[in-house]
Amino acid sequence: MSKKFLVLVSLLLVTAIVFTGCVPKGGDTPKDTGSTPAPAPSTPSTPAPAAEKILRTNNASEPGSLDPALAQGTHESWVLDHTFEGLMKLDKDGKVVPGMAKEYKISEDDLTYTFVLRDDIKWSNGDPVTAQDFEFSWKRALDPDLAADYAFQLYYIKGGEAYNTGAATADDVAIKALDDKTLEITLETPTGYFLELTAFYTYYPVNKKVVEANPDWAKNANTHVSNGPFTLTEWEHNASIKIRKNANYYDAANVKLDGVDFTIIDDVNTAWQGYEGGDYDFLVEIPQAVTAKLKAENNTELVIGGMVGTYYYNLNSKVKPFNNVKIRKGLSMTLDRETIVDKIAQGGQIAAAGAVPFGMFDENGREYRDGVGNLISYNVEEGKKLFAEGLAEEGMKPEDFKKIVLLYNTSEAHKKIAQAAQEMWRQNLGIEIQLENVDFQVKLDREKAGDYHISRAGWIGDYMDPMTFIDLWWSDSSFNDAKYNNKKYDELVFTAKGTADQKVRFDAMREAEKILMNDMPIIPVYFYTQPYAQKSYVTGVFKPLVNYPKLTYADIVK
Amino acid sequence: MKKYLLKRLIMSVITLWAIITITFILMHSVPGNPFAKEGKMPAVVYENLQKKYGLDKPKTEQYIIYLKNLLKGDFGDSMKSRVETVNDMIKRGFPVSAYLGVEALLIALTIGPALGALAALYQNKWPDYLSMIIAIIGISVPSFIMGTVLIQFVAKNISWLPIGGWGEFRHTLLPAFALALMPLAYTARLMRSSMLEVLGQDYIKTAKSKGISKAAVILKHAVRNAILPIVSVLGTLISNLLVGSFVIEKIFGIPGLGLFFVKSIVSRDYTLIMGTTIFYSIILIVMLLLVDIAYTFIDPRIRLTKEGR
Repeated sequence: MSKKFLVLVSLLLVTAIVFTGCVPKGGDTPKDTGSTPAPAPSTPSTPAPAAEKILRTNNASEPGSLDPALAQGTHESWVLDHTFEGLMKLDKDGKVVPGMAKEYKISEDDLTYTFVLRDDIKWSNGDPVTAQDFEFSWKRALDPDLAADYAFQLYYIKGGEAYNTGAATADDVAIKALDDKTLEITLETPTGYFLELTAFYTYYPVNKKVVEANPDWAKNANTHVSNGPFTLTEWEHNASIKIRKNANYYDAANVKLDGVDFTIIDDVNTAWQGYEGGDYDFLVEIPQAVTAKLKAENNTELVIGGMVGTYYYNLNSKVKPFNNVKIRKGLSMTLDRETIVDKIAQGGQIAAAGAVPFGMFDENGREYRDGVGNLISYNVEEGKKLFAEGLAEEGMKPEDFKKIVLLYNTSEAHKKIAQAAQEMWRQNLGIEIQLENVDFQVKLDREKAGDYHISRAGWIGDYMDPMTFIDLWWSDSSFNDAKYNNKKYDELVFTAKGTADQKVRFDAMREAEKILMNDMPIIPVYFYTQPYAQKSYVTGVFKPLVNYPKLTYADIVK
Repeated sequence: MKKYLLKRLIMSVITLWAIITITFILMHSVPGNPFAKEGKMPAVVYENLQKKYGLDKPKTEQYIIYLKNLLKGDFGDSMKSRVETVNDMIKRGFPVSAYLGVEALLIALTIGPALGALAALYQNKWPDYLSMIIAIIGISVPSFIMGTVLIQFVAKNISWLPIGGWGEFRHTLLPAFALALMPLAYTARLMRSSMLEVLGQDYIKTAKSKGISKAAVILKHAVRNAILPIVSVLGTLISNLLVGSFVIEKIFGIPGLGLFFVKSIVSRDYTLIMGTTIFYSIILIVMLLLVDIAYTFIDPRIRLTKEGR
């Protein structure tokens, strides 16, 4: 009898939850109840013609901020790239064209840039976008008190670095609003890619009035003000972000989507299940195994997006035997990159042909790599010979490599590639190296301290110029974990950085890369790609090489 | 009783202080820091960040400042998010995790002990085998596999059940079930063995011989005694369920507190590591105290103090 009672009470309790349905919300913004991705539209019923065109996708991580000055990665910038716009922007074909600026002038000495803003530009709250907004925004990003991670992106501007270190004041930074529509910027040294930098998110403007009135403006959707094709309308922390078309945007006529709904789901497998189940129209981060499967079956929903990034191994030149160039080259020559790319990475990656990936253009507007050629060869015989000579010079035996450790940060993908390299070197050189996986932070610490033999690393370009890669290995670069030191290389880097003469600049960079690949302080493995999936009815997505796919000109054609 | 509570309270504060101190020391001795990343961060930017979050000060000073703020109930700013403070994150994430946890707990505690009792009553008959099968699955299949299986085979076929996300009751069903399975199995096994033991006791035989109905014997005499081991694991169980599960929250894309535990450590977000650890410790300490108190109500043989005798 009372057992029944017990069961009844439990049942009541459970139903109580069902009916009250008081699921606590993750966010703080006022919102409708249907905030989550709509259930799978299993029937392909076309919505009424008047229906809103909302693209549904996933942003894999909660943004650390939606304030352009404080953004530091793709999880922030993907949303920012659709809600803000800089002086210049990338058009449908990836060309750098004027955005907020209508025109610009570059002085004879390539140091002073004068931008004239468009007349019809407004913030999402109706305020006009002014040159003062830009001056304010850039100086704000350099403010040492704001401590922005990406402040160094503005060091190209005269006085920028000094202000950020506290050695100068904001007034010393050479950014001047001459009037409401004219902005004058003076650079430290000529920078061939400065125009493109102004399209980068650290250079996006913020609304001076709004930011001064409310320092917390970027924390909530209802106080967030932007100047791009879309505006932020909802942000439920760790759950979802919604952006809607900005009626005040000057080019609104060319924006076909009414908005984009991002969920924030960390797990790539869950996100993929959601895509397959019809919860998403578009998805960027796809599990590696899924990419391989889609690629094998030539699935048309898979797009292998281009990307400028290099996956490589650091060789610690301060540690014996990696001080010996023959050993380094021997290792590189006996690494079968094609096999790694085809059989292991399986995401459409490209076997490395040097340190600088494909996709950058040289002084004549041609592919940079065509001007340098393939600097990496797979030649087991030659590699074996060099390696043996190197061993003899160092007085070592192949058995000594049993103590050599390849360090990588814990990840299934890195592990598989490391195992392949281990096996290739075992077969080709008769050495048996060890593998060690550590937490990412531990790897960074050990690399900085020089406490490693071989370590996995990767670099994704910040801007579309080979310098974003060449800059990594001059002797005092903070990223030179291989501890590479070559005076000639350093000189060439400084020559390239200090001139705006494109011919001189590119000659220096090409020469530098050749020297680098001849010394082989790093072993490039492959060039990254960015696979993504889009349903057949999604059109007009453009993939900039340095960033996530751009949805501004996308459309849903059902 | 009062004396006992006071003693427990003082002990709790000391325990908490020890946890804070140990976490603080461990956290700072692990390699890495919140601002390190695979990128070209100039030393200047790094120093600005250190200054902003007070990491440039000596460790002892940082420790004292942290304790002072903590006394005011301020867990500090997250070093990774410029949007929310640690207090914001806990305030937002905890209700979500707790809701899911309570739901899982209800599922586990309504089904688990009932299943266990049934198994004991029908020992070596089919209800026993059934409950054993469920228990073995529940204990041996990790929740991340359960979550994936549920998404793959249940959510993908029933369109009413979403694959992931948060917002409505239907979002909570699968993750709550995945979370509940382990405690359900555990309590079922616990209940079965303790029930079997109790059923063999003399007082059960006495009760039966007195001619009391079978139902009354089971409910009044057997269950009440057999449930004690379950009550004793309840404290840890509830605390674990309330603060959320990293794996389940990650798989189902739930904006709860569980995610922060692991993410804060991976990203070395010092303030968030401290905040989540302290918060979890408080809940655990309170729960264990409540369980001890609950004991006395269920089993009069247990007294918190000698006064009762």
